[in-house]
Amino acid sequence: MAEATQSETRNLAYFEAIRLALKEELELDPTVILMGEDIRYSIFGPTRDLHLEVDERRVLDTPITESAFVGAAVGAAMTGLRPVVEIMFADFITVCMDQIINQAAKIRFMTGGQVKVPLVVRAPGGYLNSSAAQHSQSLEALFMHVPGLKICLPSNPVDAKGLLKSAIRDDDPVLFFEHKALYFSSDDVPLDPQFTVPLGQAAVVREGSDVTVFAVSGMVSSALSAANSLAREGIEVEVIDPRTLVPLDKPTLLDSVRKTGRLVTVEEGCLTGGVGAEISALVTSEAWDDLKGPVVRVASRDQPIPFSPVLEAACAPTTQDIAGAVRKCLGKA
Amino acid sequence: MTELTNELVLRMYRTMYTIRKFEETVSERAGMAMIPGFMIHLYVGQEAVATGVCAALREDDYMVSTHRGHGHLIAKGAAPDRMMAELQGKETGYCRGRGGSMHITSVEVGGLGANGIVGAGLVIAPGAALSAKLRGTDQVTVCFFGDGASNQGTFHEGLNLASLWKLPVVFVCENNGYGFSTPQDKHQPIDRISKRAASYDMPGITVDGNDVLEVYLAACWAVERARKGEGPTLIEAVTLRWHGHYEDDDDEYRSAEEKAEFPKHCPIERLERDCIERGWASTSQLERIRSEVDKEIEKACEFADESPEPSPDEDPALIFSGGDR
Repeated sequence: MAEATQSETRNLAYFEAIRLALKEELELDPTVILMGEDIRYSIFGPTRDLHLEVDERRVLDTPITESAFVGAAVGAAMTGLRPVVEIMFADFITVCMDQIINQAAKIRFMTGGQVKVPLVVRAPGGYLNSSAAQHSQSLEALFMHVPGLKICLPSNPVDAKGLLKSAIRDDDPVLFFEHKALYFSSDDVPLDPQFTVPLGQAAVVREGSDVTVFAVSGMVSSALSAANSLAREGIEVEVIDPRTLVPLDKPTLLDSVRKTGRLVTVEEGCLTGGVGAEISALVTSEAWDDLKGPVVRVASRDQPIPFSPVLEAACAPTTQDIAGAVRKCLGKA
Repeated sequence: MTELTNELVLRMYRTMYTIRKFEETVSERAGMAMIPGFMIHLYVGQEAVATGVCAALREDDYMVSTHRGHGHLIAKGAAPDRMMAELQGKETGYCRGRGGSMHITSVEVGGLGANGIVGAGLVIAPGAALSAKLRGTDQVTVCFFGDGASNQGTFHEGLNLASLWKLPVVFVCENNGYGFSTPQDKHQPIDRISKRAASYDMPGITVDGNDVLEVYLAACWAVERARKGEGPTLIEAVTLRWHGHYEDDDDEYRSAEEKAEFPKHCPIERLERDCIERGWASTSQLERIRSEVDKEIEKACEFADESPEPSPDEDPALIFSGGDR
């Protein structure tokens, strides 16, 4: 393969962008290893047949044992490797909560900084085609409550590649929530192996003066659709994609809210105790004087995600919900 | 390595006595509220297990510990002064006072953490072993855990993975007969935990955990297997926990008669008898070792007492690298 120049790009699907990031990091750094269930087969594609292209000893199919391979990744990270593990569906992360919450997140601290834990946990979340209650969740809010974990939520192929590379090079445990429904979305992705997107830097994906919409992961594209239809009503929405919830780019969010005076948060997780609750509390305490009205949250209903396509659609936040929330925020609903 | 020289035996004697003296001192200091908290799990009575196992290890080998971890860390080579400082929550402690008794570790001697979660280390240890294997070193990882932890799911997952991938791990189950207050026959339907090794197609052996020489010889065999790439071993070391589960434990679930038996199985006195009978050391040599250790622990206490408290302003670089928020 020819050396990529700084500006060269290729149209890649989200899953291909992730695959490229993994392949590049495996090639650049001999301490990077991949572990997970059926990753050589890879149902969504990001790790399919990677072992044929890189050192196969570093792409490991594990038994169906989240505690074992995430725990092993913690042990490997403490002793000089940079493991990237895959939780096949983000919901299965609940099987290895001890390894993530009590071990990975706290070991740097508990040892007084004697070790680092450079570990990436890739986990696809979000709604996709009647996956039902145990294969559809967006659990990022749970982990925002645990100091010591970084959280990435790439909303497009470019960020997927750039954030994953930053996550692998980072010295802390990173939860990398991919979105199942985005795997086949595509975009022109930089081929430069040194291209990264830094953690903690939000993207203003659409500028606007009337309302700030803080949208996470798969909801970024829904927020943009809502913004485009609202523009026809003369409402200019600014859409912010945080890209990482921890660390959180507070200045970009607060600057936007100071400009628009209004905030809508959008996420696929449930409403209660969600990302929007934290963002709302942050903005009301740090930008109260600039707010012209209450923050409005858009999220999934507080219930298990149903199987029935009719019920599933009713549970998930939609473009219409976002547009409605923006109008409500402006007192137009 | 398996040869029992006088020097090795005396080194093991010193280690066991250091653990005993350290733990008795911790018990006293806990009673006088000089050590914060109440969750202090002491290793008194189990000294032969950590000592025999760690004597079979190299300095660069890894050791995964438990909530009852002071003895493991001393046996792996950590300094009592920085350990006492950690237990007292001081900035000079191994973990700068952030870990305390349940999370005490010294990475420089190969410690990968004590752990407040029973059974947590059983899946961390295979990862350290995998790391050594992929990095092309011949480091071995020892994983200590108790009879209680042998019922956790992580026991099954960790032993399965280690055996599947032939990882250089030595699993050491310290069967002290109790998971907290629950006796072994009330928490598992088997007598010998080593039987469970058969499920993972790995060797499983039971040794007298109060006999440091027997523990040492078994550990040497298992460590050598691991180092040669022959995979993991499960060693069950049967021993006794003299104190309650933790220092504030009234320990009323064990009868006075049962507890009166414990000192009869003292691993330190046993090695003293062996030393004299086999001519490895004289009474005065052993006495000299004890008095040297007594002074070392006294100095460790002075070091801890004189050490500064951590600043109440937390160091953000301990939460995230570079202090990210």
